[in-house]
Amino acid sequence: MQAEWIWGLGGGLLIGLGAAVYLLGNGRIMGASGIIGGLVDNSDRSLERLSFLAGVVGMPLLLRPLLSSAPQTHLTSNITVVIIAGLLVGVGTRLANGCTSGHGVCGISRFSLRGIVATIIYIAAGGITLALLRHMWGLI
Amino acid sequence: MRALISLLAGSLFGTGLLISGMTDTTKVQGWLDVFGQWDPTLAFVMGGAIIPMLVAWRLTVGRQPLTGGQYPPKVAFALDRRLILGSVLFGMGWGLAGLCPGPALASLSYGGVDGTIFLISMIAGMYAAPTLGAQLDRTANAA
Repeated sequence: MQAEWIWGLGGGLLIGLGAAVYLLGNGRIMGASGIIGGLVDNSDRSLERLSFLAGVVGMPLLLRPLLSSAPQTHLTSNITVVIIAGLLVGVGTRLANGCTSGHGVCGISRFSLRGIVATIIYIAAGGITLALLRHMWGLI
Repeated sequence: MRALISLLAGSLFGTGLLISGMTDTTKVQGWLDVFGQWDPTLAFVMGGAIIPMLVAWRLTVGRQPLTGGQYPPKVAFALDRRLILGSVLFGMGWGLAGLCPGPALASLSYGGVDGTIFLISMIAGMYAAPTLGAQLDRTANAA
């Protein structure tokens, strides 16, 4: 499909617009791991976090019937991989204090060196993980 | 008011994640996998997301957030162990499954059982992170 990059760009613009609304409106950095993590470790259970999550989960649910084809994650059904990956993503993003949205989108656009370095590291780690596990050892 | 702004921001974020392809693990892994069929879509998502934020950061200069208070200060750059190790672990998990925190949440309604198990594992990891971080700081001080 040639149009995929257009959907990527359009979706990206909406993601950035969401981050801009959150920043200019509430004065907060829109980081998914930080917002979820604050609820998990009880450091911030404010209504504004819950309503953010309601939007993130709710909109795809509402929009699903309007899409020409049902969205799919194509996530591996190898449950061991799913659990290990989930644990790594959870621990890693909280240790690093940010993920793709916080360090990536919000950090890079602010020319934050921390955000840029974190983004380079997690992209490299993801690439190396796939290169080793998929191409060298054929595990995933 | 703050909750309404959050709902709007979350709705835009969730819609963007859905239509951009960020919740499709084959696209994410396709982008990270430089030795396979490389898929450039994610570069457009990232680029597209950064554009409105470049404008937004400029608008913060000399102003206050709409609901008052202060904008978050820029954290001084320091290459600490938490940032490096955390990003390495996160990247490994992202490569393994193709999901990061935002998309894991956005795909809750269509990710199936596996998606829910990923989300639960991620939350468990987040729960364990402060303990692990404290351990990391202790060994850093001992060294």
